[in-house]
Amino acid sequence: MATASVATHDTAHDHHDHEHHDNFVTKYIFTTDHKMIGKQFLLTGIFWAIIGGLLSILFRLQLGFPEMNLEWLRPLLGGWITETGQLDQTFYLALVTMHGTIMVFFVLTAGLSGTFSNFLIPLQIGARDMASGFMNMLSYWFFFVSSVIMFISLFIKTGPAGGGWVVYPPLSALEQAIPGSGLGMTLWLIAMTFFIASSLLGGINYITTVINLRTKGMSFSRLPLTIWAFFLTAVIGLLSFPVLFAAALLLVFDRSFGTSFYLSDIYIGGEALPNTGGSPVLYQHLFWFLGHPEVYIVLLPALGITSEVIATNSRKPIFGYKAMIISMLGITILSFIVWAHHMFVSGMNPFLGSIFMFLTLIIAIPSAVKVFNYLTTLWRGNLIFTPAMLFSIGLVSFFISGGLTGIFLGNSAIDIQLHDTYFVVAHFHLVMGSASFFGMVAGIYHWFPKMFGRMMDARLGYVHFWLTFVGVYMVFFPMHYIGIAGFPRRYYSWTGFEFSNMYTDLNMFVSVAAIITFAAQFIFLFNFFYSMYRGRKATQNPWRSNTLEWTTPIHPGHGNWPGEIPTVYRWPYDYSKPGAKEDFIPQTVPLSATPESNLPHEQELVKLELEIMKEESEALIANEAKES
Amino acid sequence: MYGFLIAVGVVLLLSIVWMVYRIQTLVSVVKGSDKKVATGSNKVNAFLFLVFLVAIGGLMFWYSIKEFHNYQLPIGSEHGVVTDRLFWVTMAVTGIVFIITHILLFVFPYKYQYKEDRKATFYPENNKLEVIWTAVPAVVLAILVITGWMAWSDITAPAPEKAHVVEIMGYQFAWDIRYPGQDNVLGDHDYRLTSAINPMGIDFTDQNSVDDFPSPVVVIPKGEPVLFKIRARDVLHSVFAPHMRLKMDAVPGMPTRFWFVPTKTTAEMRAELNDPEFVYEIACTEICGRGHNSMRRVIEVVEPEEYQKWLTEQKTFLQMNPALAEGIEVEVKEVAEIQ
Repeated sequence: MATASVATHDTAHDHHDHEHHDNFVTKYIFTTDHKMIGKQFLLTGIFWAIIGGLLSILFRLQLGFPEMNLEWLRPLLGGWITETGQLDQTFYLALVTMHGTIMVFFVLTAGLSGTFSNFLIPLQIGARDMASGFMNMLSYWFFFVSSVIMFISLFIKTGPAGGGWVVYPPLSALEQAIPGSGLGMTLWLIAMTFFIASSLLGGINYITTVINLRTKGMSFSRLPLTIWAFFLTAVIGLLSFPVLFAAALLLVFDRSFGTSFYLSDIYIGGEALPNTGGSPVLYQHLFWFLGHPEVYIVLLPALGITSEVIATNSRKPIFGYKAMIISMLGITILSFIVWAHHMFVSGMNPFLGSIFMFLTLIIAIPSAVKVFNYLTTLWRGNLIFTPAMLFSIGLVSFFISGGLTGIFLGNSAIDIQLHDTYFVVAHFHLVMGSASFFGMVAGIYHWFPKMFGRMMDARLGYVHFWLTFVGVYMVFFPMHYIGIAGFPRRYYSWTGFEFSNMYTDLNMFVSVAAIITFAAQFIFLFNFFYSMYRGRKATQNPWRSNTLEWTTPIHPGHGNWPGEIPTVYRWPYDYSKPGAKEDFIPQTVPLSATPESNLPHEQELVKLELEIMKEESEALIANEAKES
Repeated sequence: MYGFLIAVGVVLLLSIVWMVYRIQTLVSVVKGSDKKVATGSNKVNAFLFLVFLVAIGGLMFWYSIKEFHNYQLPIGSEHGVVTDRLFWVTMAVTGIVFIITHILLFVFPYKYQYKEDRKATFYPENNKLEVIWTAVPAVVLAILVITGWMAWSDITAPAPEKAHVVEIMGYQFAWDIRYPGQDNVLGDHDYRLTSAINPMGIDFTDQNSVDDFPSPVVVIPKGEPVLFKIRARDVLHSVFAPHMRLKMDAVPGMPTRFWFVPTKTTAEMRAELNDPEFVYEIACTEICGRGHNSMRRVIEVVEPEEYQKWLTEQKTFLQMNPALAEGIEVEVKEVAEIQ
């Protein structure tokens, strides 16, 4: 990525004890350095976030101002603006579909997990790079190919896929049903295939790296919660994405090779199709077997980032480190057995509905534990409101607001009325969309100094936060009302029904809020790109944090640490330890060096630690003797 | 010309913003505040959390109360009363949690904002607390789930034998309605029989279909169980009757069903709401293509006597279109003609 080049350029000459010189292509394009790959994911993710946001503004214009003449958009949208200056109805559905696909997969999966898993795993566990740099490179480039194909599909004549981001057949299988199910859907499926390949390559790498490449002393019980989150996210992805692939593959067969996995008894376009015996509900089961874990693929990394940022900026250990890990493990396992709560009224056996209602509400418990632990971490802290901290607190707020409405939707009796209404839209945009987005932004603000060696401007960050935080609530909170009133999702207009022929004012308000919130993101974009070149130079450990990435040079080269990889002697959350001089003790400080602040059980460990250190230094001397 | 002026205005505005930004950056460098752990902005941000809590929280509650009668749709079915009660009980429980957690979440930042002379409390864990806040949500959720499950079991239980059957078939982009006639049994259908004159693909060789009749409106009796038999002809649709608190997908190749008991006639509801225009409606809630937002049907709830009378007045498919009987065995034809 050429844009990232200047910031890291000068440093390549400083730390290259064992490095050979990279040329432009191997350094910025086909790079195997996890840090550069992380930045590649980040920039591609930001690109997609702008596109995804823009699409939502387009359809919000229609929903908020249905009378508005959109003739001025003709240069951009061409034939999708009707002769009367309205947005084409089919294109509206395509916009909704692509907004969902882009945000869920390209921004919040690849942009979030891809960026921070890549960037942080080796840095925080003390590894020189990922287990397989080459696979990691492939992971990005598969994602890139996927992105290109998906992007092209936006511009084809029949329009991109338009059956909702869940692409339920038969709608997505039959070109006669909606034009987007022609070439647009084919491209969607090809793009998603590459995307799944990318996710799997990345996921295998993350898991392998965390298991095998932890530095000395970095036991699982000393891993930062970010790494736990990335690790479990990768496990979820590895187990669920193949199922999406299976679902997509069967859909390809139905579309192109005349099979009937999902199709049965269909009369469309004046003819009866030969397909019999298939079941559209089968697709829903397969899709949501990925689709629900996907929610946690999106959310867990954000929660991991938040844990780290809140602990650092509260100057306090994260409360209940073990409970946090157990909660995440619980969420990981439960995420695989709740999928059918998306299908309470799909026509599946109501008995299954009962089972999935019980399982679904169990998953609320670990989520609740996490919230209480965040609150207790803030309690009696010494809080520093960096932009990252603000966004993390915002995340917790969204996680509560959106999580609580999940209790309504997980209850199948209540879900009868709320299913596929704006209540659902409000729910998942808060708990998964906005919360994860805030986690991602918090991560960018927090690790920007490590990525580019410069600081982002804090004041612009504050403005960005408050506009976005208020904006997001103004956009999504009103949707609860129109959801309770029964307004269905994916409607081009609600004026055709008596029950929904109201709240035009509220919809207008939501659209205005959406436009302002979207505009506020350009403050962030400016801050991001400006600071990359002109931001204040960062110090080595600007947030006075404990984790390993802050022990690398300000501009780490490929290999991360110029000399030996540091050894880890303690957990990452020794903030404000009683007796310690500073309010933080990095993980690399041995317990034997801090007798004044050690807890009783740690005093025991000091002896063990000293023995190990002694053995090591002997081994080192022996080695040196051999070499000379 | 206007465009040009606007462009100039935007450029000027941006350059002012830019200047302010640069000046404040330089000022902060001169003051050395960029070296400090926490600047004055820390206080501002901490205070803004309180402002947010009061202002946005107040706005939410004010609007929720003010608009209650608008977003709370009147209920027209027996089970709707139950699910709505569950909804509002859940709202009360989650509402309390929402308020308490948000007060803590926004008051803590204000109360524990950075002070140079203070040190944060080293408080890494407390198992008792963890157990409490695992157990309490578990118990509360268990209660909510069990009440929800009981309601769900009742709602999804098999329909009573005497339930009035109405078939609703979704297609792009409308619903077709079929009544089983006097025998209360719908005739067979086969999607391969679908044609312009037989849009529902009814098999008229089946004796049961002889007295089946269509209707542009879903007419159902008050106080008696009604069973919607739901299917789709082309893609997924979903029958949504918001006032009945009823929703069920229409799936091609897999018939689905939903039964309920309407509690108020359309006329009663009109009187109650003082709205002579009121109608019960059916909408589609599963994305189905271009006309997804236009699949409207009206439900008319009437008194049982009126319903019986209405039933006898309807013309069957075969009466309305004798061409449908072509090619059918003679006896069936005769039966049709007699009727």
